[in-house]
Amino acid sequence: MSVITYRQALRDTLRAEMHRDENVILLGEEIGVFEGSYKITEGLLNEFGERRVRDTPIAEEGFVGAAVGAAMLGLRPVVELMTINFSLIAIDQIINHAAKIYGMFGGQNSVPMVIRTPGGGGQQLGATHSQNIELFYAFVPGLKVLAPSTPAEAASMLRAAIRDDDPVLLLENLGLYNTKGEVPDDDESVAEIGRAAVTREGSDITLIGYSRMAALGTQVAEALAKEDISVEVVDLRSLRPLDRQTIVDSVKKTGCAVVAEDDWLTYGIGAEIAASIQEGAFDYLDAPVRRVAMAEVPLPYAKPLENAALPSTESVTTAIKETLSAVGKRVG
Amino acid sequence: MADTAKAKGGGTAGSTGGRRRSRKDDTSSRFADQQPDVLLGYYRQMLLIRRFEERTGQAYTQARIGGYCHLNLGEEATVVGLMNALQERDYLFTNYRDHGYAIGKGMSAREVMAELYGRSTGVSKGWGGSMHMFDTKTRMLGGYGIVGGQLPLATGAALAVSYRGGDEVVMCQMGDGTTNIGAWHESLNIAALWNLPIVYVVINNFTGMGTTVERSSAEPDLYKRGSAFRIEGERVDGRDVLAVHEAATRLVEKARAEQRPYLLEATSYRLKGHSVVDPAKYRTQEQVEEARANDPVLAFEHELEQAGILTEDRKQEIAESVRAEVADAADFAENSPHPEVSTLFDYTYATPVANESRRMPADPVFAE
Ligand SMILES: Cc1ncc(C[n+]2csc(CCOP(=O)(O)OP(=O)(O)O)c2C)c(N)n1
Repeated sequence: MSVITYRQALRDTLRAEMHRDENVILLGEEIGVFEGSYKITEGLLNEFGERRVRDTPIAEEGFVGAAVGAAMLGLRPVVELMTINFSLIAIDQIINHAAKIYGMFGGQNSVPMVIRTPGGGGQQLGATHSQNIELFYAFVPGLKVLAPSTPAEAASMLRAAIRDDDPVLLLENLGLYNTKGEVPDDDESVAEIGRAAVTREGSDITLIGYSRMAALGTQVAEALAKEDISVEVVDLRSLRPLDRQTIVDSVKKTGCAVVAEDDWLTYGIGAEIAASIQEGAFDYLDAPVRRVAMAEVPLPYAKPLENAALPSTESVTTAIKETLSAVGKRVG
Repeated sequence: MADTAKAKGGGTAGSTGGRRRSRKDDTSSRFADQQPDVLLGYYRQMLLIRRFEERTGQAYTQARIGGYCHLNLGEEATVVGLMNALQERDYLFTNYRDHGYAIGKGMSAREVMAELYGRSTGVSKGWGGSMHMFDTKTRMLGGYGIVGGQLPLATGAALAVSYRGGDEVVMCQMGDGTTNIGAWHESLNIAALWNLPIVYVVINNFTGMGTTVERSSAEPDLYKRGSAFRIEGERVDGRDVLAVHEAATRLVEKARAEQRPYLLEATSYRLKGHSVVDPAKYRTQEQVEEARANDPVLAFEHELEQAGILTEDRKQEIAESVRAEVADAADFAENSPHPEVSTLFDYTYATPVANESRRMPADPVFAE
């Protein structure tokens, strides 16, 4: 076991996969000479050369679409989109093409490609650069959307994504790049796409999150344990396909749930999860499902406003305690 | 034949995109270095696409075919000239006006018709329909319904070819209206930067739906528009199958040998509306008449007759075999089964995945 950052886990995995398979190439803005806006691809141009690590023009539709076409002919391109915000320029290629080609042509041609892209607020980047819009992609059958919350998950999910024959969007998180965690040495684990994980067992309440909110949820659970509140944490990990069963099983056990999401509430991922709990565990619910989500505003630049708008340890803790007190469970 | 390479196909909106070609009355000199069988082959393919599309239009009107339906009527010379410029190993991407290209690239009329009928025997097993012909075997990598959507894909396919050091060329067909969308600029730029073996072919039929090229393109000489990317472009008369074939072959082979992109503009004219249901009221009577007078299939037929290559007997024979092929395709489609509803979830993912939803509309999310 080594303790490495989420960033390092991604970088190590990219490198290893490129050594393993000649068909893996990297495409993206500033991934080569500049070594990546967030330095995930540091050293890779040097190691693999321009044929395999391609700096692209600032033309998201063009290069994401080129990756789709290259994947159709059997390459396994891993595209870095500088941030998910710019994926909007490429959304036609992602939704109308990458996701549809396998079905639209009756299964004749799959599209084995990966789009890695960070999202997330909290960096004072203002409204156009602080969005979590993975929902747009998680909505679409044909895509697979993964959101690792730890270095170990980042490694095993990126590995799974690269080896998968379908287009996979791997959502990274700006706030997680420097977080550390244990990753087995010579890690070869390949995440099973479509599976959530119970990352912490508990009996009083279920907290469901993904990416930064799953990481934050674990911290909250640890803190609440000291107050004798037992929180079970479910890390979704895969936004599409969505593992509803794991969520529902956990809620059946605990009787109540809070969903924490780093995106807007209305029509958001939490809405889907709350609806699923209603359909799958209605009789077990002791209280309505609470949702903790971003304030529904374009994210402001000013730090106090931005902080207030984003879900935090406090807001998640509050929601958990209020839910528990509503059902008469003792709150420390 | 070289003189046809830069042939003017007209180019003014309001005209149908070409005066009657100033071909030599002595057509035999035009055909001097051509094999009669090859010429007759082109003629047969053009006629096949013509009759196929006529049948398609009919079947659509009878509601045997659903969705949108965009025909190649009037563009047969362009289609046949282009498709015969490709080697079997070359790849093709097109827009939604794709039936003729599918046949020209080697798909059977049967499979294309069955796809139009939404049958499981169709090229895309009934999942694609009119706009989405696709066939791995013949390397027709798809008709695409989003204007310009195929450009980045084709560019990426050329990247894959180049990455592997292959000698295939990708041809990417599109309409004139496509040259104003972002994907056009992004794709041409990338193809030129990365030296990709691709030929972008703009079929300039002078309208994107009802908007003329002059009203949509600030530079309506579309072949010039590669120059921003240092991509050489040229224009050819798309109603002349030999001219198209010559120009396309030359550019495809250059793209192959030099590993760089080229641009070909083929001036053309669709005889009917944008799609089967479009009455094309935006056209003047004169335009329609001029188009009819310049019908590329009839013009080529006439030329071949003049040159003594197409005898009356041969003409009847070809007409009959084409008629039979189209009738057979329609019968085949008509008698083919629809895809089984049980296959509904077969093509969402190529790699099976946990917890994929296979829910029918009325099913509960949690079936107990
Ligand atoms: C992005 C996008 N915008 C609009 C449409 C609707 N549409 C379908 S075909 C078409 C005209 C395109 O004209 P052109 O590129 O000249 O091709 P042609 O039909 O002449 O082959 C339009 C506007 C579309 N399919 N995709």
